[in-house]
Amino acid sequence: MTEPSNAKAVTVTQATLVKKARDQLAYKPADVSPDRRVQRRYTMRRWSVRHARLLEWVYARFSSFFLTLHPFWNAVGYARAEKPVKFVERHVKGMMFDCRMCGQCILSSTGMSCPMNCPKQLRNGPCGGVRANGNCEVEPDMPCVWVKAWEGAQAMRHRDAIFEVQKPVDQSLRESSAWLRVTARAARERNNARSNAA
Amino acid sequence: MTRRPPQIDENPDGVDLPLESLPGHVSRGRLERVLRRGEFAVTAELNPPDSANAQDVYERAAIFDGWVDGINAVDASGANCHMSSMGICALLTRMGYATIMQIACRDRNRIAIQGDVLGAAAMGVGNIMCLTGDGVQAGDQPGAKPVFDLDCMSLLETVRTMRDEEKFLSGRKLTTPPAVFLGAAINPFAPPHDFRPHRLAKKIVAGAQFVQSQYCYDVPMLKDYMKRVRDMGLDEKCFILVSVGPLASAKTARWIRSNVPGVHIPDSIITRLEGAEKQKEEGKRLCIDIINEVKEIEGVSGIHVMAYRQEEFVAEIVHDSGVLKGRRPWKREPGLDDALVAERLDHILHDNPNERPVDMVKDASEASAE
Repeated sequence: MTEPSNAKAVTVTQATLVKKARDQLAYKPADVSPDRRVQRRYTMRRWSVRHARLLEWVYARFSSFFLTLHPFWNAVGYARAEKPVKFVERHVKGMMFDCRMCGQCILSSTGMSCPMNCPKQLRNGPCGGVRANGNCEVEPDMPCVWVKAWEGAQAMRHRDAIFEVQKPVDQSLRESSAWLRVTARAARERNNARSNAA
Repeated sequence: MTRRPPQIDENPDGVDLPLESLPGHVSRGRLERVLRRGEFAVTAELNPPDSANAQDVYERAAIFDGWVDGINAVDASGANCHMSSMGICALLTRMGYATIMQIACRDRNRIAIQGDVLGAAAMGVGNIMCLTGDGVQAGDQPGAKPVFDLDCMSLLETVRTMRDEEKFLSGRKLTTPPAVFLGAAINPFAPPHDFRPHRLAKKIVAGAQFVQSQYCYDVPMLKDYMKRVRDMGLDEKCFILVSVGPLASAKTARWIRSNVPGVHIPDSIITRLEGAEKQKEEGKRLCIDIINEVKEIEGVSGIHVMAYRQEEFVAEIVHDSGVLKGRRPWKREPGLDDALVAERLDHILHDNPNERPVDMVKDASEASAE
């Protein structure tokens, strides 16, 4: 039973030492994690969550429009179209959602709140560390991505999509266009359905 | 010779033989048996040592002997560096303890984790608990790279796929799947409160069979949560263990509240501790009071005692709250490879240490000639 004596002997923990050392740095960086430092302000993100239902409608129209363009993408070649489409996607989604370009967009099932902005990149719901005021455990001034996602999902037509278990992120698809991938997949499924029917 | 009555959790052919997996059970572990029998389970958390000494682990585990159904081996909790959960489980399974191995997604990617799951199951770990893990900023090494390749949900699904479909995440076949009882964590005390029961439902879909909660100091909030869980019928699909722990003083309580992510301690608790003469005694009393309330809540299948740096109180807390109802959790549990290990050890102990390899070959050929 060495435990009690150990507990008494170690009064200064390693964590305390580390924190003290951090306080002595020349200056403290503004945010806790580097992820936060590359992100924008929260204003647009919050707007997108508040207008989740509108964005859901817009996205449904937009994706069917992209699908009708399938012959065009095919003629140009999906691989060649990737670069310009990615450029537009990065900037549009970057402005609206602070998109991290994971290449596997699940905004429709996360109430239009991008889960890749979570410091733990959780894609299946909030961790247990959410603060009582609904802010992030890692970034005390950032509203938890999943608290916002839950709010956004309540406003959407497909509000149950948030209950689906998401697969882990395929890291090899990062920095690629999710729009084109979704379109290509939908086109293939449509073709398969047609050939099955015929 | 005094004979003891036959115990439920042992092989009828001999106490030293490994337990067979019961029909409908996914693991050979005791925790699963206890829970499925409908008994009130008690688990505890082992404070991982900052040393490379096996004796430290054995001593810390010995405190729980005869009081708990399973011991949680934490995986760098609070992002603080300690002996790994894998290492602790290796030592404890060797001694026949029932372990609950925690895996946090913070430190390892899917390749490392799947390998560890196989290794753990091979060592005789019967329970694996899938966690996301605290952020690295909370611990002693804030400069570390946070991995978070999987999250707790996809980790659950991965281990379940390995166990039930006998394949890796990639689809490659396993020859022997890991027979483990799958656990997860819940925090009924953090926002968004409406989402929390749904998140439990999601975890059950992903594969969770038992869950351990965050520290419970707010029983009314837990009751609300449990009511919604019962309404959704989730308590019938998984075993819910509520975590409790003694607070050393009002000062500690305040520190935990502001520094440990996800722990919710209401003001009333702190006032009660402050009002007491002996705060440590009162903390223990408070813990027992909470257990007495929690065990009456419908749908709660057990408690998980996390007495950080007060492990010596666990026995007293479990005894005074009477949750075991006279049951004595059995300590030693034979492992699958015990016979093999004993045979090998026999060689080490009894073979002639000065025998040269040449002589060994000669002896063997003589033996075969005879």
